[in-house]
Amino acid sequence: MSKNNTNNEPLIHISKRDVLPWHKAWGVRALAILAALVVCAIVSVALTGDNPISIYKTIFVGAFGTARKTWVTLQSVSILLIISLALTPAYKMRFWNIGGEGQVLVGALATAACMIVIGDKVPNGVLILIMVVSSIGAGAVWGLIPAIFKAKWNTNETLATLMMNYIATQLVAYYTVVWEVPKGSGKIGIINQQTNAGWLPQLGNKYLLSIVVALIITVALYIYLKYSKHGYEVTVVGESERTAQYVGMKVNKIIIRTMLLSGALCGVAGLLLVGGINHTVTTTIANGQGFTAVMVSWLAKFNPITMIFTSFLIIFLERGAGEISTVFGLNHSFSDILTGIILFFIIGCEFFISYKVSFRKKEKEAK
Amino acid sequence: MSKKDAAVELRNITKTFGSVVANENVNLEIYKGEILALLGENGSGKTTLMNMLSGIYFPDSGEISIDGEPVVIKNPRDAFRLGIGMVHQHFKLIDVLTATENIILGLDGKLNIKEATAKIREICDKYGFEVDPNQKIYDMSVSQKQTVEIVKVLFRGAEILILDEPTAVLTPQETEKLFKVLRAMRDDGKAIVIITHKMHEVESLSDRVAVLRHGEYIGDMETKETNAQEMTNMMVGHAVTLNIERPEPVDPKPRIVVKNLTVKNEEGIVKLDDVSFTANSGEILGIAGISGCGQKELLEAIAGLQKAETGSIEYIRSDGSVESLIGKDPLEIADMGVTLSFVPEDRLGMGLVGNMDLADNMMLRSFRRGKSMFTDRKAPAKLAKSVVEELDVVTPNISTPVRRLSGGNVQKILVGREISSSPKVLLTAYAVRGLDINSSYTIYDLINRQKKKGVAVVFVGEDLDVLLQISDRILVLCGGKVSGIVDGRTADKNQVGLMMTKVGGEKNE
Repeated sequence: MSKNNTNNEPLIHISKRDVLPWHKAWGVRALAILAALVVCAIVSVALTGDNPISIYKTIFVGAFGTARKTWVTLQSVSILLIISLALTPAYKMRFWNIGGEGQVLVGALATAACMIVIGDKVPNGVLILIMVVSSIGAGAVWGLIPAIFKAKWNTNETLATLMMNYIATQLVAYYTVVWEVPKGSGKIGIINQQTNAGWLPQLGNKYLLSIVVALIITVALYIYLKYSKHGYEVTVVGESERTAQYVGMKVNKIIIRTMLLSGALCGVAGLLLVGGINHTVTTTIANGQGFTAVMVSWLAKFNPITMIFTSFLIIFLERGAGEISTVFGLNHSFSDILTGIILFFIIGCEFFISYKVSFRKKEKEAK
Repeated sequence: MSKKDAAVELRNITKTFGSVVANENVNLEIYKGEILALLGENGSGKTTLMNMLSGIYFPDSGEISIDGEPVVIKNPRDAFRLGIGMVHQHFKLIDVLTATENIILGLDGKLNIKEATAKIREICDKYGFEVDPNQKIYDMSVSQKQTVEIVKVLFRGAEILILDEPTAVLTPQETEKLFKVLRAMRDDGKAIVIITHKMHEVESLSDRVAVLRHGEYIGDMETKETNAQEMTNMMVGHAVTLNIERPEPVDPKPRIVVKNLTVKNEEGIVKLDDVSFTANSGEILGIAGISGCGQKELLEAIAGLQKAETGSIEYIRSDGSVESLIGKDPLEIADMGVTLSFVPEDRLGMGLVGNMDLADNMMLRSFRRGKSMFTDRKAPAKLAKSVVEELDVVTPNISTPVRRLSGGNVQKILVGREISSSPKVLLTAYAVRGLDINSSYTIYDLINRQKKKGVAVVFVGEDLDVLLQISDRILVLCGGKVSGIVDGRTADKNQVGLMMTKVGGEKNE
């Protein structure tokens, strides 16, 4: 045995940790955010020469600078939160639903359809009831189709849900042409601007409705997943389908039922977007949140309560980033860089929570 | 240490995983021309220690010397270069390649199949392996695959051979063949380490035994100067009795009647072929057979998890009325009031959910109870507590995820839950696989207690010695067919072994 290839001990040694107590785990996360801010500051100075402290201030101002900004931030958080909550039961079941985007879109389209087609034919109360039912139904159907394919023929749900997104986008594009106002403008415009038919009622101010709905769904889903028999079944199917069969659970039924729920909750987000916030529908109304929600849900480790914080974090960064690009005259890609750095640190620190990294002391011994 | 040369010396080896200490200051020598049996209960750190030698883990501290030279083994490649080869419990072979292709896989240098084949033949002749270098792995029996693994290690020039529970999947005849080869290798001057739980194998094969307990090295002794009882006491740390009880059957009456059962698996291959038998109440029916001979399908068909092609499975109630179980799923069977418990082979993949805690696992079967849409958490928590207490489960508390427990404790939880419903039928598959002696005897005792209560027990086992000691009758399966049913009290081990390899057991080649 030659000596030179046997005496180089590995320098870094990685070993699995025991479960960290929660306060230490949160300490690691806080350190990660701090480190992220430092790195962002260095990058900002290097690339733009602007004062990082004032950039951070601007991020905060962007999210909370005025009462209106604060409300808009909270409203955006609530929509993202609803979509994230919607995807959570599916992910807990290890059903890779990346079709949140499409499920929100068809919910939005169904809402808009009700407002346009029967907006002036039925009393407002009835109209809103129909909107609620049809948007939830549309989202549920969009979730149901891939679930049936999965249950009956074991097709890959990732592809199926993804494809359903495109179908939904094209459907909205088609109806945009059908319903465009004025003709040739390529958009639907504000629906029922004079009559306000089908506009969801306001609670106090126009932002509060989505926030209240989001909080109700959060609590309800938390209880559903943690304490109900359905929630228990979802967890078991997600952990091991064979175990589920072994105790007599009907796995296909559970998959279909859970995807109905997942799609239906996405439909609620579509309802709020059209009926409560935008009063119109476009192909980009979901704005990629169906995908962002995947990250929100995973970051929160599928815990609905934690999801309030993770969705808040994402929206806060997004709104702040928008602000710095206008205030400092930087292009929007720069704020994306900062968001990227911060997310990298937050996601990366989970590694240090599960693993311990120790450096070996170099032992200098005479050979 | 005078007359023999130490091939390997381990000095003060320590390895921890999180807060779990797997090995603590272990000192061990492995000599050339000797077969060393490494003994210890589950979780005593045998496999971890050997994994450090073969480069899978890296020790936290301590020193390894090969032939007197201190070395550092960072990865399996280093281990190979130092002449250390390990045959793992789970084979690492590629099914669609031939034996030769598998053996030279990952080697540096030019690929020369012909030369390699010649060298493999040479190794086989030298030690008496029976292996066809051009045979594909998927065509091989378990014992042939194991042979390929051993040849692979030798082909790479291993002088130090480590085998992790090599006999768990072999018939007595195959085991004897393996031992012959190992003895030939020892006589050739190789150092051999074997990890096993079977005491009679230790006695018949090894020259020396070394014992680990709770990660610490307890001591070593010459095999011929000790006996099973002493070794077991050393492993466990106190005296234990090594007899399996076999009470007389209590009022045996037919409980499960299987007739002409034929089952195909997902690929359409016949796994059970015209199987008929009766399992009586108050009796243990042992099922013997080489692994993969239809044991799994048989139990799953009774439990309602496996579709049957033809045949019938009937459950006979105490009052004599008959229920057909065929075509029913586990829930329908339970709804009929048939209490059937099943301890499957795959504990964490089927019987339990590894990421859920003890209490949540307890309610897997019972969570539907009650009309409320919410689960009742109190009863399962109570059950978990009583199982932990009665079966001496070692766990920090009942809200620990099951996967963090050791193999024996996982099995206690599973068996504890399954018998908590006071079953009429208890199906167990490899109930003590991977369990140490202490846990094994706890499980045997639990099964016997069920038998005394009048439960019809179907016990699929792999250790023939145990099957012969615990079963009232033994059904031998061979390639999905019933090879015969013998009386457990009078059956002979060799006879059963032959029946496992040939229907009826007669030799007519």
